[in-house]
Amino acid sequence: MTTNAHVEKKRLENPPSTIKFKIQRREKEGAAAHWETFEIPYRRNLNVISALMDIRKNPVTIDGKTTTPPVWDMSCLEQVCGICTMVIDGRVRQSCSALIDDLLLASGGDTVSLAPMSKFPNVRDLKVDRSKMFEHLKKVEAWIELDGSYDLGPGPAISNETAQERYALSRCMTCGCCLEACPQYGDDNYIGPQAIAQARLFNMHPVGKTTIDNRLNGLLDDDGIGNCGNAQNCVQVCPMSVPLTKAIYETNRDITVNALFGWLKK
Amino acid sequence: MASSGLKIAIVGGGLAGLAAAMKIAEAGHQVDMISVVPVKRSHSVCAQGGINGAVNTKGEGDSPAKHLDDTVYGGDFLANQPPVKRMTDMAPAIINLFDRMGVPFSRTNEGLMDFRRFGGTLHHRTAFAGASTGQQLLYALDEQVRKWEVGGSVTKYEGWEMLSLVLDDHQVCRGLIAMNLQTLELKSFAADAVIMATGGPGLIFGKSTNSMTCTGSAVSACYQQGAKYANGEFIQVHPTSIPGEDKLRLMSESARGEGGRVWVPRDPMDARKPKDIPEAERRYFLEEKYPAYGNLVPRDIATREIFQVCLEGHGVGGENQVYLDLTHIPAETLTRKLGAILEIYEMFVGDDPRFVPMRIFPGVHYSMGGLWVDFEQRTNIPGLFAAGECDYSIHGANRLGANSLLSCVYGGFVAAPAAIEYGKNVERGSTESNGIHAAELKRQQEINDSITRSEGGENQYKLHEELGKVMTDNVTVVRYNDRLQATDDKIRELQERFTKISVNDSNLWATQAIPHARQLKNMFELARVITLGALNRNESRGAHYKPDFPERDDENFMKSTIAEYSAEAPVLSYEAIDVSLVEPRKRDYSSSKKAKS
Repeated sequence: MTTNAHVEKKRLENPPSTIKFKIQRREKEGAAAHWETFEIPYRRNLNVISALMDIRKNPVTIDGKTTTPPVWDMSCLEQVCGICTMVIDGRVRQSCSALIDDLLLASGGDTVSLAPMSKFPNVRDLKVDRSKMFEHLKKVEAWIELDGSYDLGPGPAISNETAQERYALSRCMTCGCCLEACPQYGDDNYIGPQAIAQARLFNMHPVGKTTIDNRLNGLLDDDGIGNCGNAQNCVQVCPMSVPLTKAIYETNRDITVNALFGWLKK
Repeated sequence: MASSGLKIAIVGGGLAGLAAAMKIAEAGHQVDMISVVPVKRSHSVCAQGGINGAVNTKGEGDSPAKHLDDTVYGGDFLANQPPVKRMTDMAPAIINLFDRMGVPFSRTNEGLMDFRRFGGTLHHRTAFAGASTGQQLLYALDEQVRKWEVGGSVTKYEGWEMLSLVLDDHQVCRGLIAMNLQTLELKSFAADAVIMATGGPGLIFGKSTNSMTCTGSAVSACYQQGAKYANGEFIQVHPTSIPGEDKLRLMSESARGEGGRVWVPRDPMDARKPKDIPEAERRYFLEEKYPAYGNLVPRDIATREIFQVCLEGHGVGGENQVYLDLTHIPAETLTRKLGAILEIYEMFVGDDPRFVPMRIFPGVHYSMGGLWVDFEQRTNIPGLFAAGECDYSIHGANRLGANSLLSCVYGGFVAAPAAIEYGKNVERGSTESNGIHAAELKRQQEINDSITRSEGGENQYKLHEELGKVMTDNVTVVRYNDRLQATDDKIRELQERFTKISVNDSNLWATQAIPHARQLKNMFELARVITLGALNRNESRGAHYKPDFPERDDENFMKSTIAEYSAEAPVLSYEAIDVSLVEPRKRDYSSSKKAKS
């Protein structure tokens, strides 16, 4: 919706009568992965989730072999909970907002490939365990320190401009796309763009600022912000358009300023 | 943490559950939080519009008393009024607290929170953060609770699903049984009190605007163990949602507010593109039937009309869809006023609504009914509390927009101190040693085993589809007693067929088939509560509409429906409501001028 002119969306003309789904299967964490292909009738307005629901109902491969239903995570289906993230035709994204027509248009074929995110422990099939992302949020103390949750009146006045900037950062749904795409991230060696952007979210807040040292200190360890290689993949794959690289830049600047005055890592 | 503290289990990590967890941790007690998904991914994230509270920053003379009046009037006088008053009184403090927690609310020029107008009121009473207020409020509580988690007073069990309560010989709740969704391990959680905060049961209708976690399964388990379920028949159906094969996504009412027109082709099978269909061959059925209000008739009326048109086969392509058309409005105007919500449509359907009419259909959205609670969020089972959409207490027969986020937080904030108070005074039984946990654990394991062993060829997902269809067709917008009775017959048939399902997953590691089967079994029970509650309520009130009984009947039905479980059928009774604060009057939005807020 970048222009006010009608750019009619390119539509899949002559869609195939059936679509194939090549799905990476794994029985459980640590088991060997293999691929299975399923075929379902084509319908307009299918997304990856509806196709998976179809396959789950009657999991028979294209070779006629009855198999187990593919396992995947889903919840809101509106691209706001982040849970259904997977690698679709080689690109990390949410499966709820991955429309089959668009995928086939882009590939020119009749097959869609689905694989789990590779940077997180694979629980089974397309399901992964992203709990370390929540651990990262603990490390950067991504919260405001309150005196208490009782009634103390409103918070500090904040300009609408700052509120909008913070809103953009606060839309992060911890989906993990940025970590999957980051060439520096693997084996939990780097805290990654998500946590840095959340540190920035609270460092920008008048009250959050009072504990900025704790947050910045959380980013100075071996797995800290210094690992960013400036590849900028994160900001390209972020489904919520969170200004990740800007947050990394600004956080680095905060660290430099604070380091000059020598109060970090006291 | 002091070992003298209480242990309180909270089931569900959305707004209500997190609100309660924060309060309990702050009071120095321990929380076990059980959630099927990481709490940050709970359904509260889907709320778009905002949160109501009469902060009165616009010099309009708004007040909690007016908020109370709007809420009970909009709810068609079915809610007990004292808790509504307590909520509207608390609302400004709740909004201020979220402001202090750092929620990026939209601001005024002075840098204060901005408020906008929403349905059912004349006041700027709704605080909002972009088009994802629910997400932002949930995140704020998630952050605060994470701090308590680091401090050691909150333990999260994410990826665990509650299966049942642990009740002692006196029907006192002593904890619960939950299942690890990865290993299928069952574990008992002993607790001084349990707070249910599991949200709504939208999946009973197959497709709804709810998240896929909103099965109502845990609440149904409580009901089957003796908790009362109230006003189950009151299900809000939103007029405009985006039909999808997987779910229905909400299209905000503001699309019509900005001039959107609802129509169908006179010939439903008209194969032309909508823009090529001339005016004379279109039926603007809302404008035809309601010339004064047109497309801006109240939500329940719009819902009924669209539903009826499609039921009669006049939907676009003969299907359950009508056009919601904005294409007569300049694109730049639409981008400026409605950009965010139109992007959602474009993302999921692929068409740009500024140039191609949207295809929409009413969608099951919210359950006003839920676990019966008293004014302190206590259920009838000692030690069991409920808060948020899973309790019935606030919205009566119809919920106003932007009141749901408020009621979630309110419910959590009331349930938490009530649970603490209860826990301090309850007599500790020898609950660990007398075997009630082990016995319940065994009972639940046997259910798992029997589902795993079950053979007979029925497909659980197909049964769920059949349930969703019959519920959507007969127990949503327009209700007839013969069809409600037929629906209950159908549910019982499905229950019978359920005993013959063959689980199609031989790999039990992280299987979704066993949890789904258990959820489905519980959904059938709540579906009966909803259906038979509707059958027995021979009047029309709020979201409950029967053409054969078109009027509200205060004499017989200004009462809460109470359902209690029995193996044969829910046992229904009626409880008088407390209308001591606002005198009931006819709800009438048909003549605008007197449309009392």
